[in-house]
Order: sequence, then C-alpha cells, then structure tokens
Amino acid sequence: MSDAREETVAVPAQAPTAEARRPQQLVPAAARLRQLARGQNTLWTFLVLLVLVAVFSVLSPDAFATSFEFRSIAIESSILVVLAVGQTFVIVTSGIDLSVGSVLIFSGVVAVKTMNALDSSPGAGWWVVVVGALAGMLAGLAWGVFNGIWVAKAKVPPLIVTLGTLGMALGFGQVLTHGVDVGNIPNSLADSIGSGSVLGVPWLIVVAVVVVAVAALALNTTRFGRYTRAVGSNEEAASRVGIRVDRHLIKVYALSGLLAGLAGVLNLAHYSSTTLTSGAQDNLNAIAAVVLGGTSLFGGVGTVIGTVIGVFIPAVLQSGFTILQVQSFWQTVAVGAVLILAVYFDQLRRRRRNNR
Amino acid sequence: MATLSSSEVAEPLLDARGLRKTYGQVEALRGANFTVYPGEVVALIGDNGAGKSTLVKNLVGAAVPDSGEILLDGKRVSFNSPRDAQLLGLETVYQDLALAADLDAAANLFLGREQVRKGLLGAFGVLDKRGMRERSVAAFAELGVQLKDIDAPVATLSGGQRQSVAIARSVAWASRVVFMDEPTAALGVVQRERVLDLIRRVRDRGISTVLISHNMPEVLSVADRVEVLRLGRRVARFKASETSLEELVGAMTGALEHEEEAA
Repeated sequence: MSDAREETVAVPAQAPTAEARRPQQLVPAAARLRQLARGQNTLWTFLVLLVLVAVFSVLSPDAFATSFEFRSIAIESSILVVLAVGQTFVIVTSGIDLSVGSVLIFSGVVAVKTMNALDSSPGAGWWVVVVGALAGMLAGLAWGVFNGIWVAKAKVPPLIVTLGTLGMALGFGQVLTHGVDVGNIPNSLADSIGSGSVLGVPWLIVVAVVVVAVAALALNTTRFGRYTRAVGSNEEAASRVGIRVDRHLIKVYALSGLLAGLAGVLNLAHYSSTTLTSGAQDNLNAIAAVVLGGTSLFGGVGTVIGTVIGVFIPAVLQSGFTILQVQSFWQTVAVGAVLILAVYFDQLRRRRRNNR
Repeated sequence: MATLSSSEVAEPLLDARGLRKTYGQVEALRGANFTVYPGEVVALIGDNGAGKSTLVKNLVGAAVPDSGEILLDGKRVSFNSPRDAQLLGLETVYQDLALAADLDAAANLFLGREQVRKGLLGAFGVLDKRGMRERSVAAFAELGVQLKDIDAPVATLSGGQRQSVAIARSVAWASRVVFMDEPTAALGVVQRERVLDLIRRVRDRGISTVLISHNMPEVLSVADRVEVLRLGRRVARFKASETSLEELVGAMTGALEHEEEAA
C-alpha cells in the first residue's frame, strides 16, 4: 500500500555517513542497559514473581516446589492467560474490556448448545466438537466487534460499553440455558482439550503458549502491534498520519472478544460445564494481570510477556497460601494492594517523564 | 518591496486564490490569496483570528474551502483529507506536535507509512525495524538533528528534540511544501535557534516552508518572504530583507494596506 509513498521519501536509502553513525556507535552496552530500564515495569514484576516462588519454595519445599504443583498452577492459569492477552491489546489502546468474563461464559454456552444440537450423546464425533468450538469463538468475536463499534464509531467510553456487554452477554447466556448449567459435553472434548495432554504437555497449556507466542509477536513486530501502541499513545497523532483509528479499535476489541470466546471453549472443556455463576471475577483478574504485568492503563505501553507474569503472581500466591495453610482469601487482599501500587508507580514514572 | 525578486519571477509552486471559508456565522476566510514559491521560506503572519490556521487547514486538506481554488504547479487541486495533500508532497508540522509519545523516534518518523519485511513476513505485516531505523538515523543526520537516544520513547526527549523529530518527519516525506504552525512556540532560546537552523536546512534542500509565527524577529531572521493575513484575506506581501518590524506590525494591525483587493 505504501509503495507509491516510499518513492517520495527524501531520505536516502543508502547507509548513513560515518559522521552520522558516530553517536549511535557507542551504544551496544549502554543501549541494552537503557532498554532494560525501559522495560522496568515488566522486570520488576518478574522479580516479584521470582521472589514469591523462592519464598514459597523455601517455606514448603515438599509441597510447593514440585513439578506437580507448578504444572497445576500453569493449567489453572492458562484460561486466564488467554483472556488477559486479549485484554492487553485493549488496554494498550488505553481502553478497557470489562465484558471478557461474561463473553467467556456466553461463548461456552453457545459452543455446548451447538454441540448438543448436532449430537447430544456423550460420544459425539470430532466434527461436532469442532463446529461447536468454532461457534463459541464466533460468538466471542461477535461480542468483540459489537464492543468495538460502540467504542470506535459511537464514541461511547469503553468502560460503559463493556460494562453494558458484561451484563448483556451474561444475561443472554442465562436466557439460553434458563439459568441452569449445561454439563452435557462430548467426551472427546473433555478428554482432549479439557484434561488431555499432547507429548506430556496438557492441551490447555499448549493452547495458551501458542496464543501468547502469536500475540507477543503481533504486538512487538507487526504493523498491527505498532498501530495498537500508536492509537493508545496519541489517537490524534495516529489519525493525522492516516491510520484508520476507528477500524483499528474495532479490530482490537474483536481480538479481545475472539480470545474470550476461545477461553470460553477451553473453560467448557476443562470444567465440563458452562460455569454460569463463576465468571464474575474473570474480567477483573484479567485486568489485574495486565496491569501487574507493566501495561499502562494510560495506553501506549505494554507487553504480552508481562501479562503472563501478571497472571502467575496471583496464582502463585493462591497456591502458596493454600499450601502454607494461610487462609487463601489473603491472596485477593495482597493482589489488590499490589495492583494499586503498580498503577501508582506507573503514574509516577509518567509524571517524571512528562516534566522533562 | 515593489521590486521583483528572483523567486517572484518564478512560477508559484502553490497558489491559493480567493479562498472562502465560513464556520456558522464566522467568516474565517474572505477571499484569501496565498502564494508559495519553490525553495523558499515564506512566513504567514497575522493577528489572532486573522485566519492563519484556517488558511493552512484548507491548504493541507484538513478543511475544505467553500469556494476559491488551489493551484499546485499550476494545476488545480482539491484535497478532501490530509492524506490527499500528503500524496502530493505537502506535509504539516502541527503546533501540538502530534507524535506518539510512547514510540521511539524512528517509529514516529514512519508512523502510518511503515516499511514491512519482504515476502511472507511482510504479508503478515511484520515490520522492517532495522531498515526503518537506518533510514531514520540517516534522515536525522542529514538535518543535523541530534538525539541522545534514538531508541528511547520520544516522551523522554526534550521539547526541542521532539519538535525536531516532528519536523524531520514532515521533511522526510514532503517533496514540495512543509507547513509549520508555530514550531518554536513552546521552546527555549537555544532550542528555538536549533529549530530555525533546521528550517534553513530544509530550504537548502529545495523544499518550501510555510512558517506560521507570532514572533516577528524570528520571522525576519528565517523567512525569505512574508505574507500578511488580516480579517480573512491577504493584505500585504514583503521581501523579508526589505521590510521592518514596524512595517509588518502595521500591516497586521491595518495601519498599512498594501495589496489591492484581489477578486
């Protein structure tokens, strides 16, 4: 699309002169240090995670520091990781998506209803599972597009739009099921994605790792990721250089919806149920993970890897407290406090930077 | 100023004639003319509300005039968006910078015009970061813009450096005219001088600059010509070397009237 444009560039394509090069040449070490400092939000969170793991491992080496425990933490976290990755993109645009938990449940309902409509026996075939899963993901995508259009075109604040769809998606899910959980899912789904492994690695973890890898590459190395940061950093600047901000926002909310739909299918497979009543905290957990991971609520800055770390901190706390027989309710207290501190430090950093 | 300079003998690069623009009850432009010659710095001055910003908006496609015509290289053009103007080599440096503060200088230079890798990766929109960085380093070097850290988010740069990045971006993509709306307004003395030097270097590259400024000494030091706008129309034109502060202020306030009411 930009071929014609590039010819009008006055910048010579050949290597710059030695004169021009000099300032950049002293860099490698210094630049790497600076780069490290710039990623400090993520770095700090990672250190916190390491410290937590170390402390719990020392306090309870037999129970906590086992591959079984780490594995179950990873499994329990993988669905939230998928949700939080979508949330990361939304928050980098300086938006918010409160609807992900409800969309997760709605998508699970659509998936299981589709599967049951095609073949309601437990032995339903693979094609039934695939069609049902696709239907669930499409349902999520549709909610995402709906969110995106209201945010980008109608300019309703994302907090309100997604608060609305939080209620709507959950409500529709309950309407479709008359408020009674559907647990009749094909065995092939529950036994594979739900609790099965591939080459010894649980399917849930495989799916989460693939989602994280693709999303991290997309945010860091592609035009899509660059526009996501640009829109979150300065919407006006982005639109002045010709970026279609409204379209991009719709894409980002659609991505969040699609991943919530995928998480819904995973959730259905793992719990063999539509879990109508248990999704209330998912959106807040996802947002907390994103923010803990160093993504700024003000937009423009964020990493997918940070979000993954942000998911694991509460999970490790939960698991550690349980093993140490501390009331696990302390986990939500601790995470809440850390969340407030994380945003406070982000704000401090921005203020210092903008005063220059 | 009645004498014709060499630049005035040349054909105008950009020539706006009789532009009118009304916002509700307000006539922002009342048949304004404006001319840019190749390779010059022309200052556009006028009191607040004279219509400078409106005129520039109409010239770069950010607004569409109600009537009047714009000629580029003698051909009539009309812009429905800034993109249209950019495609013909007209770029704008906005007063409020319009940089993405969290992105680095190279990312800002290429914002909206990213280069992607060749082949399959490019089809997925994978950016050619190294290529863009190299071309950015060259572009900044060519304009003498020194950034202490080209990989830092532009938010961490000083105001003058940020302005330099914004100007370098416009210059890198402009093939004809760069419009600068109060480019030095927010800067300190030293930074201001740097930006003025930058404007001179832009002219040396053969790209015309339209400088909107309130600062008359600055206008006289950097501009080749000055066009004065008052109450939505052009009222005077000067060669910068042959005019004075008093004359410019007189034209701005209406004490002096130089240009006949062109149709």
